[in-house]
Amino acid sequence: MNLPTSTSTDETGTAGITLDRAVAGTALPALSYDVSATTVVLGALASRDWRPMHHDYKFATERNGTPDIFLNTPNLAAWFERFITDWTGSRGRIGRMTFRMRDSVYPGDRMVFSGAVSGSEIDETGCGWAGLDISVSVGDRLCCTCTARVALPTDETDNPWARKSDDWKP
Amino acid sequence: MIDDSALDNQALPERTGPPKNAGLPEHIAALIGEPQYPETATFPVEMSYAYNTLSATENGNPLYWDSEVADELTDGMTMPVATLSLWMRPHRWEPGATKEQVALKAHFDLKEQLDLPEAIMSDNTMILHEPVRPGDVISHHQVLRSISDAKTTKLGTGRFWVIDVEYHNQNGELVGVESYTGFGYKRTAPSTSTAPSTSPENS
Repeated sequence: MNLPTSTSTDETGTAGITLDRAVAGTALPALSYDVSATTVVLGALASRDWRPMHHDYKFATERNGTPDIFLNTPNLAAWFERFITDWTGSRGRIGRMTFRMRDSVYPGDRMVFSGAVSGSEIDETGCGWAGLDISVSVGDRLCCTCTARVALPTDETDNPWARKSDDWKP
Repeated sequence: MIDDSALDNQALPERTGPPKNAGLPEHIAALIGEPQYPETATFPVEMSYAYNTLSATENGNPLYWDSEVADELTDGMTMPVATLSLWMRPHRWEPGATKEQVALKAHFDLKEQLDLPEAIMSDNTMILHEPVRPGDVISHHQVLRSISDAKTTKLGTGRFWVIDVEYHNQNGELVGVESYTGFGYKRTAPSTSTAPSTSPENS
């Protein structure tokens, strides 16, 4: 079986980027992925989502009235996480994500993640933050939007993961 | 699928300030701000679920695959942050269960008690605090934050509500909060389309 291939630019790896790279308007490396039925089912089961519209074609089409089974939201969240940390590298620490679902992603779709930096700041604890506006589309269909707040190291020695309790304000 | 096209330009419930609960039965209004359904996971956090999620999304973040990187950055392995809700999702079946287990019971309660048979979820916010680690045992509870006045959208007439789910580890540390905005409603006219015949909550 040919595994689906994704196209992404992981230019950062473990070292990752620092906050100075998070300039408003900077585009994140695009990610596109050809979705198959396996993609949908694997993602649903990985997130312990047993509902039939994510694995049962007849249920999805005849009961839900959708064209096919479709990606579940927790799995889309995991895709957003991957998209963000492909850009940040391992030191990037996501603090917050908000999704708004608009349409579904089906087998046979090529979903395309795109995003840009909306702004950056250093909070009162000294933690550096980037705001991101992200979307996933299939062709002309906007399927989901996401805003995210991700902590980035302020310099090469900083590690947002070391922050706890009062020093972590997501 | 969560089709919120009908929600565009609709005012979502405010997260702060006095709750809008005009016309709400007192026993439902009294639930606002009260923790409900405290539960503890029936199985500990395990790395295999992380690998399933990482594999499903082809996520090669070394933080989750390389223990040396994890030791350096996070003092050991942690779970992908998007798996926050995974640990409290019920088994499809377990001994003694008489029906399918559902997550977010507060949401289904509101549908039933307000006689709003249909519902959608529009927004979902995830706030991440302490990392979740292998061996953790997660607990959670649900908090109804607000219920709107009656609203009419293209879907029908009903109410918006916001429910937070707060997750803690076995040490009582907050590991995350999920906030769901739902809209429970009655259809305004018989549907002639192929719209979903079941409620697509949390899809």
